[in-house]
Amino acid sequence: MQHEDVRDFHWYVDKAMASLVFLGGISAIVFIIGIFLFITREGFAFITQSMDIREFFFDPAWRPTSDSNPTYGAFALIAGTASITGLAVLLSIPFSLGAAIYIAEFAEGRTREILKILIELLAAIPSVVWGFIGLSIMNPLIIDMFDVPVGLNILNAGVILALMAAPIMTTIAEDALKAVPDRYREAAEALGATRWQVTLKIVLPAAKHGLMAAVLLGVGRGFGETMAVLMASGHSINVPDGLFDSVRALTATIAAELGETAVGSEHYQALFTLGILLFAVTFIINLTADLVMRGIKRS
Amino acid sequence: MSDSPPTRIKEIEARKLSVHYGRYTALSGANLDVYRNEIFGIIGPANSGKTSFLRVLNRMDTFTPGMHFEGTVMYRGKDLRDWRNLYALRRSVGVVFPLPVGLPLSVYDNVALAPRLRGVRAKAELDVTVEKCLRRAALWDEVKDRLGALGSLLSGGQQQRLTIARALSQEPDLLLLDEFSIAVDPVTTMRIEDVLKELKSEMTIVLVTNLTQQARRLADRTAFFLQGQCVEVGPTSELFSDPKHEKTQAYIEGRFG
Repeated sequence: MQHEDVRDFHWYVDKAMASLVFLGGISAIVFIIGIFLFITREGFAFITQSMDIREFFFDPAWRPTSDSNPTYGAFALIAGTASITGLAVLLSIPFSLGAAIYIAEFAEGRTREILKILIELLAAIPSVVWGFIGLSIMNPLIIDMFDVPVGLNILNAGVILALMAAPIMTTIAEDALKAVPDRYREAAEALGATRWQVTLKIVLPAAKHGLMAAVLLGVGRGFGETMAVLMASGHSINVPDGLFDSVRALTATIAAELGETAVGSEHYQALFTLGILLFAVTFIINLTADLVMRGIKRS
Repeated sequence: MSDSPPTRIKEIEARKLSVHYGRYTALSGANLDVYRNEIFGIIGPANSGKTSFLRVLNRMDTFTPGMHFEGTVMYRGKDLRDWRNLYALRRSVGVVFPLPVGLPLSVYDNVALAPRLRGVRAKAELDVTVEKCLRRAALWDEVKDRLGALGSLLSGGQQQRLTIARALSQEPDLLLLDEFSIAVDPVTTMRIEDVLKELKSEMTIVLVTNLTQQARRLADRTAFFLQGQCVEVGPTSELFSDPKHEKTQAYIEGRFG
């Protein structure tokens, strides 16, 4: 008598597992579409009915609670988010790039391992702790050092955000550098290139896509950060003209105000419109980072 | 007895050379000399220590974790360990790896890299060097119209000749070839072999090869490596016609390995 092949049974298992992992795979798409639909639905009435696009993007007056004449100008909030994120990225690029190059190209053995662990640890610090550092350490420090009345401002939030974005940028940049095959380094060193020449002429150009993606993801991180920015920025509506001005970020506005509004009110819907804006910008940043990274594989 | 005229200059003198990777010993107690302006062939099966010997010559041990060597190697009369500026040493030693490594640069930039690292900026001078080296590596005619194309996009055989051109561009005193013909077709191999015969007047060449016949065609003297030992060194004609060691004879006759 012929033996039954176990694969007759495993044919069903295979089909079942395939559908199961398929569900896992598309769940990401389902969630992202779900979130998008939810925030659009909540903000939709505001956008179509009462929103003045010009006011929203160019008017600095965000006065949603005014009884007589509420205005929803998000310009100051956009400027606040942009200035903090911009400063944070400017500060963190040299540090994280330097750290990534050191870890990937120069550090050896135990030093490298310890550094990697520490940097990953840095990435795991909760954002409220960073906000706390901004409030209780950076604030008096800035007041002392620069002789300004308030230390909760762009500088404070930018530095805190730079410290938060740096570990992520470092980790991704280091991955990009490590993805450059060692045989390139060996070949260039065999030609008598110094370690720094190898880094500059071979490794960095070969890793440029990954490095750009690292910077973009750092920008995305800074853009979406809420708690630390809320605590360190001063949270006052203001179009800044200097590093020491207090500002308010888009994210912080939503976090601080949403609990106080009546569900379905105009204010409530306006906050969701800010959410749509954030969603759209982070989506574009992440998509760009992804396309840039895919650029490497194609070439 | 001497295996070469006594007047010749010793380019490399290895004494009791052992190479280790961590606890693994790849080569132990090798004694051999390489004379200036000769082609020195090294034959032997896999894992016999051939490549490890080459890796010592340009001090690759400094960027291979766990690799270290014992014994002394004199290069141009100076102990390899006494070269404090390793970059100067590596500039004087050209290496061609068994699998071609086209750097992710254009064909032109691949060959111009070493002169540029040295500080050459003038385009005219670089042009001359690039053309000369590509011609010598028998690649010029195939790539002269696409010098701007990525070097890593050339075919395997072309990339191998590109690495040879690159090694020549630093005008080395010593050229190390590690099984260069693995990825190259027989016709091109013959052309490169002709080039090597010409280059001999300008530099010393150490040729590690799996093809015993290639060593027979090219090498002035040949060493046979087996399981981390240098079994026998001698003038190529003697080694092939009258090997002193029976294992050498067995290998040459293709009875193992």
